Amino acid sequence: MTALKRKFVKGNEAVAMAAIEAGVQCYFGYPITPQSDIPEYLSRELPKVGGTFIQVESEIGAINMVLGASACGVRAMTSSSGPGISLKQEGISYMAGSELPGVIVDIMRSGPGLGGIDASQADYHQATKGGGHGGYRIIVLAPNSGQEMYDLTMLAFDLSDQYRMPAMVLADSVLGQMKESIVLNPRPTVDLPAKGWAVRGTGGGQQNVVKSLYLGDGEMEKFHWKMHARYQELADKESRWEEYQTADAELIVTAFGCTSRIARTAVEMARAEGIKVGLMRPVTLFPFPKKAYADLSSHCKKWLTIELSTGQMVDDVRLAVARDAEVAFYGRPPGAGSLPTPEELFAQIKKFC
Amino acid sequence: MKQVFSKPVSLKDVQTHFCPGCHHGSIHRLVAEAMDSFGIADKTIGCASVGCSVFLYGYFNIDVVESPHGRAPAVATGVKRARPDRIVFTYQGDGDLAAIGTSEIIHAANRGEKITVIFVNNTTYGMTGGQMAPTTMPGQKTSTSPNGRDVANDGKPFKMAELLSNLDGVAYSARVALNNPKNVLQAKKIIKNAFQYQVEGKGFAFIEALAACPTNWGMNPLAANERVGSEMIPYFPLGVFKNNENL
Repeated sequence: MTALKRKFVKGNEAVAMAAIEAGVQCYFGYPITPQSDIPEYLSRELPKVGGTFIQVESEIGAINMVLGASACGVRAMTSSSGPGISLKQEGISYMAGSELPGVIVDIMRSGPGLGGIDASQADYHQATKGGGHGGYRIIVLAPNSGQEMYDLTMLAFDLSDQYRMPAMVLADSVLGQMKESIVLNPRPTVDLPAKGWAVRGTGGGQQNVVKSLYLGDGEMEKFHWKMHARYQELADKESRWEEYQTADAELIVTAFGCTSRIARTAVEMARAEGIKVGLMRPVTLFPFPKKAYADLSSHCKKWLTIELSTGQMVDDVRLAVARDAEVAFYGRPPGAGSLPTPEELFAQIKKFC
Repeated sequence: MKQVFSKPVSLKDVQTHFCPGCHHGSIHRLVAEAMDSFGIADKTIGCASVGCSVFLYGYFNIDVVESPHGRAPAVATGVKRARPDRIVFTYQGDGDLAAIGTSEIIHAANRGEKITVIFVNNTTYGMTGGQMAPTTMPGQKTSTSPNGRDVANDGKPFKMAELLSNLDGVAYSARVALNNPKNVLQAKKIIKNAFQYQVEGKGFAFIEALAACPTNWGMNPLAANERVGSEMIPYFPLGVFKNNENL
């Protein structure tokens, strides 16, 4: 057995390395801080393994190239940050409507508008509620470390193929720019369905059409209920989360992404003083691990949600926990100097205990 | 008995939804004849656009990807890069290609994507009910230019075949019309050339087809057909603007 390779890399590079390990064949992107390490890495490395890299004229062009390549059944991806992700929403909606897989990486920066390049979690709603038109959801995975930037990128490709839905890796500029030591895990062996729907030329056989136009009586409604059932299946089978010291917790802090790392330190500080606090970190933001929140809140009635925004995920937490649970919120809207310190979060924990 | 006439095998034997006197049907047929002549339908992937041409998959016996409005050249880029051994074409109207999709067509052309683009210019938005298009002619009345296109307010029409011929990445750029038998035969030859460029891997080929839209022009089919010759061709001259086999 060969020893696994370890690398000291930026989170963005971990994403790019994972994409290659996952067999991405086409990458289409556009430069924007703080994610440009991803296209830079792939422009250098993807052609070496026979893949295609195109620096596209716009984010709109890029997502539509992902649509075209994905329609052919190959693994395709794009990456960006806030302003660029907004432009991609048109294509993401069409991909959702056409039941196409494809991976979108969002290294969140602050906004709205041009905002700034600091870490933000204010694109939670855009990512998890279907950022484009028409009523759809995509898979959203929220890493909190360099290792997860790598592992969850590979998972995004697998889930996307499995459920025929776009999948997003939702991280932020801290996770994208921070260097950490990661293990280059091999691509997981997963039994994925064949892509019999892909366009490839009929070869004289059956015609395949990838489309999102449904004009026939009842067709569009049928599509929506089919996808609704698929989202439910996704929630039942693929909800992922991490708990830390929740068993005897009298207060559970919940946070995702880089905020969960700071929150964990604060929880450790509280535990050192004998305060019974735990941490609940959703790894899948869609599907949101509702059942896990419901189960935990059957014994723990005090909750504190922490986000780098004025409060978005907290809406989902409030819907998921038991009715008699109390959910407090502490937010630091994105911008320079907006990352909370562990001491600051510890003070919030003490306030709500 | 000797068979002297048949429908192209690349076309399905179905009725189209196109209005009487519309030229889309003729253009579909010429594209299908070009595919037949190379025997490539079973390895061709079409990229449909938004507008009257969206139902490409209903009429051609080929695999089709439906593209968002204006994005067909980007979708086709993704398809061709993923499957370089396939024949890939887009089929787009004037609102799709020359308004909302200007960025995608210019950059696909400039990259020299090895695809074929069929651009149908009927000087109006057909599907949405006859609004002003980027190719609407000066003075032409539409539902959003009720007093006629005012070039001081709206600019002049795009001449896409000439514009694209200036890009180094373009191998072939031509404009054709379907308004009389001579022009149809010429169009047939030129559309075939455009696919030949791709079959031989030579590069980006662009065909602009002038087309009648009697319904939205408020004309009968005969008058609409005559307008192509009397008004459109003098403004949008027919011909091959780029023919670079050395790319």
